[in-house]
Amino acid sequence: MPEPLLKIEHLGIEFHTRRGTLVAVDDISFDVLPGKVFGIVGESGAGKSLTGQAIIGLLEPPGRIGAGRIFLNDQRIDQLPYHQMRRIRGKKIGMIFQDPLTSLNPLYTVGKQLVETILTHSEMTPNQAHQHTIALLDEVGIPAAEKRIGHYPHQFSGGMRQRVVIALALCVSPSLIIADEPTTALDVSIQAQIIALLKGLCKEHDTAVILITHDMGVIAEISDRVAVMYAGRLVEVGEVRDIVKNPKHPYSQGLMGSIPSLHHKSEELTQIEGTMPGLMEIPPGCAFHPRCPHAFDRCRQRRPGLIDTKPSKVACWLFENEDRSGNT
Amino acid sequence: MATPDQLKTNTPPLLRVTGLKRYFDVSEPFLNRLLEGKSRLILKAVIGIDFKINRGQTFALVGESGCGKSTVANLVVGLYQPTAGKIEFDGIDVASLTSRAQMALLRRRMAMIFQDPYASLNPRWRVDAIVSEPIRAFGLLKGTQAIFQRTGELLAQVGLSPADGEKYPHEFSGGQRQRISIARALASEPDFIVCDEPTSALDVSVQAQILNLMKGLQKKFDLSYLFISHDLAVVRHMADRVGVMYLGQLCEVAPVDAIFDSPLHPYTRLLLDTIPDPELTGRSSQPVTGEIPNPIDPPSGCAFHPRCPESTDKCRREGPELTTLDSGVQVACHAISASSEK
Repeated sequence: MPEPLLKIEHLGIEFHTRRGTLVAVDDISFDVLPGKVFGIVGESGAGKSLTGQAIIGLLEPPGRIGAGRIFLNDQRIDQLPYHQMRRIRGKKIGMIFQDPLTSLNPLYTVGKQLVETILTHSEMTPNQAHQHTIALLDEVGIPAAEKRIGHYPHQFSGGMRQRVVIALALCVSPSLIIADEPTTALDVSIQAQIIALLKGLCKEHDTAVILITHDMGVIAEISDRVAVMYAGRLVEVGEVRDIVKNPKHPYSQGLMGSIPSLHHKSEELTQIEGTMPGLMEIPPGCAFHPRCPHAFDRCRQRRPGLIDTKPSKVACWLFENEDRSGNT
Repeated sequence: MATPDQLKTNTPPLLRVTGLKRYFDVSEPFLNRLLEGKSRLILKAVIGIDFKINRGQTFALVGESGCGKSTVANLVVGLYQPTAGKIEFDGIDVASLTSRAQMALLRRRMAMIFQDPYASLNPRWRVDAIVSEPIRAFGLLKGTQAIFQRTGELLAQVGLSPADGEKYPHEFSGGQRQRISIARALASEPDFIVCDEPTSALDVSVQAQILNLMKGLQKKFDLSYLFISHDLAVVRHMADRVGVMYLGQLCEVAPVDAIFDSPLHPYTRLLLDTIPDPELTGRSSQPVTGEIPNPIDPPSGCAFHPRCPESTDKCRREGPELTTLDSGVQVACHAISASSEK
């Protein structure tokens, strides 16, 4: 097993508000291997975007890392001062946001924005940077790159803009890219193009990706490993095939069952009753227990940790015995 | 052998749309055109489409953004006036109704559920006022007590508590708001509901709840749906018949199983190929090349030809008509109508 590129240990993100401290991400740990795609999936409010922002050091106050450690190549990065983190951001960790229009500056040409990023993070001369930018735009599939380099973001379509954002994330060959809902704002046919592009480029450059999305289809298409999040906690981590084909946690099962199928028509979709609790009202014990069909006393009292059920890890008391019998 | 679908064709369809067109004038103001020498710009959002919806059935329109599917929804309920074409509801030509009273009778029988549950509910009204608005507007019930009673029933039908009527929309989550929208749509006891992307703003688990609810209500009240969506998996789950739209035109209309199991039009096939599939069936996905053309300046001939792997000179010159094949499937593609004639 290769050394993990990114290691997250017991990360907690909290918000101090007048009504008390809200814990938005609660004690999550996972590793990202170099060159692999790690998917984080969950519904809105599960804390997946916050996790991404915490890794790259872009948490908006009052949000802050309340617990845990983040290591990139064995260097601890969650406590770095601003100017040191700036050097890592962009150079070692790239970011792709959901909305390509807001992540590009409308007042500068895309060429200028790319050249600026390259000059900030590398030793290239402006001329080299210019050439590199053209090569990059070409690589992400923008036709007539020499001409397009002088265009402003509004002159590009949504899909093309997202290609520019990908070029921007890739321009100094970071070892990790955090892609936060990179295709949510796009049409399906364009989404397929962007997914294929992202997959190809990361393989070519040997870049690891943390892919944050709510779309199980996108995850299944390109991830190697997946983490399922619920109410700020990890409920299941494992290989994509295991999670998609054979989810173990009752929440993952419900989530997979609630996706309508393309291949057959069912009378009724699996339905998880109720909604995800707000941050103020996370129940004691397992956060999923009020909606869980299998909940028993223990679920209401104690929070389950991640139990290794081989192949995937599941945070559910149902699997505790299995684990124990495996050990003894 | 007659399928239930064919038996139903004896009764007239609830909604029949023929040659429906809607153009938008997106020209610059007159003075600008005069001074800057610009010409008029016409956006052809819907370019002549025909379909019908049978009673108790769901007809889905799918397509990518800008294909005109929401414009069709708005035309059908009368929020836009058609540029040309005919909309018949239960045998009545909608354009022939001139008086407000006649219109109101028809309007009561149609309702609409919108995409964004945050924008489609008035934030300053209480939920019971929102849900009872159709009842008051059409004068269906008299007396505060009767209306209050009915509002409570409606809320219970969509899985909310009658006591929720006291609250304001901001106190509800996205899924609950969409339930309020559905309760409002049901208030006038319609036979036909236009659903414009009712679940695309929702998370999957909430989407499943809403889709199950909508299916249940359809059975209970014998509702017909015009279901607009860009999500093919949702369409497969909900629809009886599907129309695939591309740049303001229908390129394929077929029963739901035919669309998914044996798609004919190249666009339908590519659309099905490109959806990321959560079931890991291991099929190779071939991304469609190119982007959706600008509807102000559509390509010549068949609108899909620049992205179509099978396009010929004929496709560049003339647009194909929607033709009905022997199987009953309707397709607009030169390649397919040529092969079926042989």
